[in-house]
Amino acid sequence: MTNTLHRFGPAESFRDDYVVFAISSRGKNDQGALPKLRRFLEMAVPFKPVNLGDAVHGGALRPCKDMKPTSHWKREAKPDFQAVIDGLDSPCTVAAVFDNRVAAEDFVKAVREADLGLSVNISTSVEGAEQCCFAAGIPRHSVGYSLGFEGKTERLPEANVMMLSTMCGHGMVSHSLAKKMIDWVKEGRRTPEQAATYMTRFCSCGIFNPARAKRIIEAAARGESA
Amino acid sequence: MKINPDKCVACGNCTYICPMGAIYIDPRIHRATINRDECVECYSCYNGLSQEHLNPSFVRFVRKTFQMMRIRFDPEPDVCPTGAFEPDELTWPRVVRRAFSDPRVPHESTGVHGRGTEEVKTNDVSGRVKLGEVGFTIEFGRPGVGVRFRDIQKMSMALARAGVAFEKKNPVTSLMSDESKGEIRADILDEKVLSAILEIKVPVSRTEEIIRLVWEIEKQVDSPVALGVGARCDENGEENVVAPILEKLGYKLERAKTNIGLGRITNVEVSEQQAREPVGARS
Repeated sequence: MTNTLHRFGPAESFRDDYVVFAISSRGKNDQGALPKLRRFLEMAVPFKPVNLGDAVHGGALRPCKDMKPTSHWKREAKPDFQAVIDGLDSPCTVAAVFDNRVAAEDFVKAVREADLGLSVNISTSVEGAEQCCFAAGIPRHSVGYSLGFEGKTERLPEANVMMLSTMCGHGMVSHSLAKKMIDWVKEGRRTPEQAATYMTRFCSCGIFNPARAKRIIEAAARGESA
Repeated sequence: MKINPDKCVACGNCTYICPMGAIYIDPRIHRATINRDECVECYSCYNGLSQEHLNPSFVRFVRKTFQMMRIRFDPEPDVCPTGAFEPDELTWPRVVRRAFSDPRVPHESTGVHGRGTEEVKTNDVSGRVKLGEVGFTIEFGRPGVGVRFRDIQKMSMALARAGVAFEKKNPVTSLMSDESKGEIRADILDEKVLSAILEIKVPVSRTEEIIRLVWEIEKQVDSPVALGVGARCDENGEENVVAPILEKLGYKLERAKTNIGLGRITNVEVSEQQAREPVGARS
């Protein structure tokens, strides 16, 4: 699963995008991993993540399978972190997304002190992750570089759309939806927050960053590059 | 996946949310329709759309009335108003599409959700990529384009000819009929998936050679390619071996996934086995 690795954008565009995730390895440390993964999620909440999720059930904003007609006017747009924690029922990748480096650093420090024994990764700019590790006093173990997209790139859309859609590395946020949301904000049909919320619901593992999405949509609606 | 024509009201919401753009309103029947050849069974429509369960006849009447009066209907864009999507019973080989496209389905070969790989994410416990080695993830289909196994095979066969071994714990490797030649099972070659990854490991000295090989073959593949390169850091957390090679090849290293080394082996039988191994047997 390389779902957080290939987010599109220059390093500077990840200034509000820090994904910290924990994973157990099959046959190595998956026995008894479930309570540790849940603990990881619980520990993230005080650091005010913008999203939280697990790879099976999704993020802190989820689609509703039984909407009532009146609910259009009072839809829940606040992330429900407790639902993510309570819903975790099998070992899988769990993630917390932060919109600032200080929160990510502090969370990483707390995770180190908790000594859960799980593999923990930070996905952001190369420099951002280095700074998090430095602040937490942890030498990096391994690094997986994204070399970006190549080959038939003519089949890809414009940069702002790519920056939005690649925030769900599993590809559940389509280019068409990202483009539509930019257009709707441009037309004044929805706010950037609402547009980001719609997209967040499609991410099936909770790593979509609604704060970065809002910033990108705002810039794109003005015709600027984020 | 299928759309129940008795329920669909042709609101068009699903046409935007399909990652493959495989859903369209068929003008002959005025219903949303799925292009089955392009659909990768990712279930984004079924899982991602919120659902109402409104009366289809009533919704059609309202939509038609608004349309006649030229009033813009402005519904929520992430809702199927009548819950019209219904999962199909998938059989071989079509079931492969879902295995590689719906991130909620774990791969049988690895037990991992998504594209089914652990790469350097668990390198601190798996020791998969050691000092002096480079792990490559060569991903196809992403973002939002999709890929057929026939295209992936072009790369896998080229890599096999170069004498590269494929990662055993990888879903694509598990579907190879002849790993030594990089051949993928013939019965799935035309299946389209949202994304799939070839995973290999080589000595650092072969980094440039592999990248140049990927550059050559990716021109023949009808999909973008996303390259990931994994390396082990030294005891100080520095990685000054692979990054300079990548930069020399023209890559600007913007983003990375960093394993911070907090994992350890805790499964009882593995720990006991390691305790029996002579010191120095592990990397």
